[in-house]
Amino acid sequence: MADERRKVERQIVLPLSKAVEISFKSLRIRFWRSLITTSGIILGIAFLMSIFTNNLVHEGLLEEGTLEIKVRLQGEEVEFSARQIWLVSLSLLVCVVGITNAMLMSVTERYREIGTMKCLGALDSFIWKLFLLESLFQGLVGSILGVIVGGGFVILAGLLRYGGQVISTFPVLPFLGYALAVLAIGVVISIIGSLFPASQAARMVPAEAMRTEV
Amino acid sequence: MDIEENVVRSKDVKKVFTMGKISLEALKGINIEIKRGEYISIMGPSGSGKSTLFNMIGGLDKPTEGKVYIDEVDVAQLDAYELAWLRCRKIGYIFQTFNLIPVMTALENVTLPMVFAGMSTDDSMDKGVELLNTVGLGDRLQHKPLELSGGQQQRVAVARALANDPAIVLADEPTGNLDLKTGKEIIVLLRRLNKEKGVTIISATHDLKMLDVSDRIFWIRDGKIERVEERAGIKLEVGTVEGEE
Repeated sequence: MADERRKVERQIVLPLSKAVEISFKSLRIRFWRSLITTSGIILGIAFLMSIFTNNLVHEGLLEEGTLEIKVRLQGEEVEFSARQIWLVSLSLLVCVVGITNAMLMSVTERYREIGTMKCLGALDSFIWKLFLLESLFQGLVGSILGVIVGGGFVILAGLLRYGGQVISTFPVLPFLGYALAVLAIGVVISIIGSLFPASQAARMVPAEAMRTEV
Repeated sequence: MDIEENVVRSKDVKKVFTMGKISLEALKGINIEIKRGEYISIMGPSGSGKSTLFNMIGGLDKPTEGKVYIDEVDVAQLDAYELAWLRCRKIGYIFQTFNLIPVMTALENVTLPMVFAGMSTDDSMDKGVELLNTVGLGDRLQHKPLELSGGQQQRVAVARALANDPAIVLADEPTGNLDLKTGKEIIVLLRRLNKEKGVTIISATHDLKMLDVSDRIFWIRDGKIERVEERAGIKLEVGTVEGEE
């Protein structure tokens, strides 16, 4: 009996479904905070997507548009210029910094919660899981909205400028390809942005975390 | 002395906090032995090292020197997985500030340690309901912590601490944020659970109401155990004590 009592085991679990549930709830309860983080992602991704879509619109018109429009477009900058690449990378960078900042704040205001979870037996990996899932959700929602906003805005602007031809000449398949790529980029960025805060949170000693008054 | 029965034992535990160039010796060699089923109060003024000792016993922090044994296992020898298991299964924690997870309902808070322990959802729900009934919150299962009073939150915390039938419940100033009456209720509840379930209760406190129910009291001052009192030796009238508080 005494030996049975003394035995220390190692098995502690957090099923993924439960982790998803917990992180989803903490996003919902901090709705406005999450919204700000997410809108950072939306803006960055929308910008990226708008540049790609703009190119696609021009490409389509140049290939199949009427002569008049082709002439109009000749004068404009169509190629994916160095300046555009610069703008895109800059907007992505701002996006990463913004997300990291928001995640850091959400970690610091939850030190006590993290400490409590650890007291209840949570492993470092549980904390990782929770924070990464949160940023995954935010990244996914933000990127989807960003793609819709960015792509939609450019197509709308094209319609106003060049008329219905934009739709008839629009290369749909390449557009979907870009949309998926941008979506992936958005999710990856959100996860990268939260890596540092998540590792910060996971490494905390419970006593340390509980002492912190926020 | 039968060493088998010591659920907690510490040997020359010292803790030094270093803040820049200043180092502060919070614990200066603590030796305690606590038997299974005891109700222990660690008393002392704030800054005496109570909470530091509490963290050492609970495996929440490591001593600078000395050893802490829980069920005769040296806590310092455990790896991260074993330590997590220990916190999850062997020890239940109760805090001055309740520390419930704000986004979860009372029931979810109580079942979380059982989820960590790998219990199935149905079983953990049943047990969670039963525990909340035990602490008198059977009608508050779906309430969030912020929708509960301080005393009710602390009851949820007590239920959560008992989730995995721990050998030890550690309570750090459990009545510190409660008014006299609710504080008293929590103390009575802890004592009842101590008797009914045979769980060892170790409570760091400066609430004199605790004296009445404790089997032994460790008085701690300046990082050292000043004296240990058996309950039989204490002559205190509860009425006057409450008046002072």
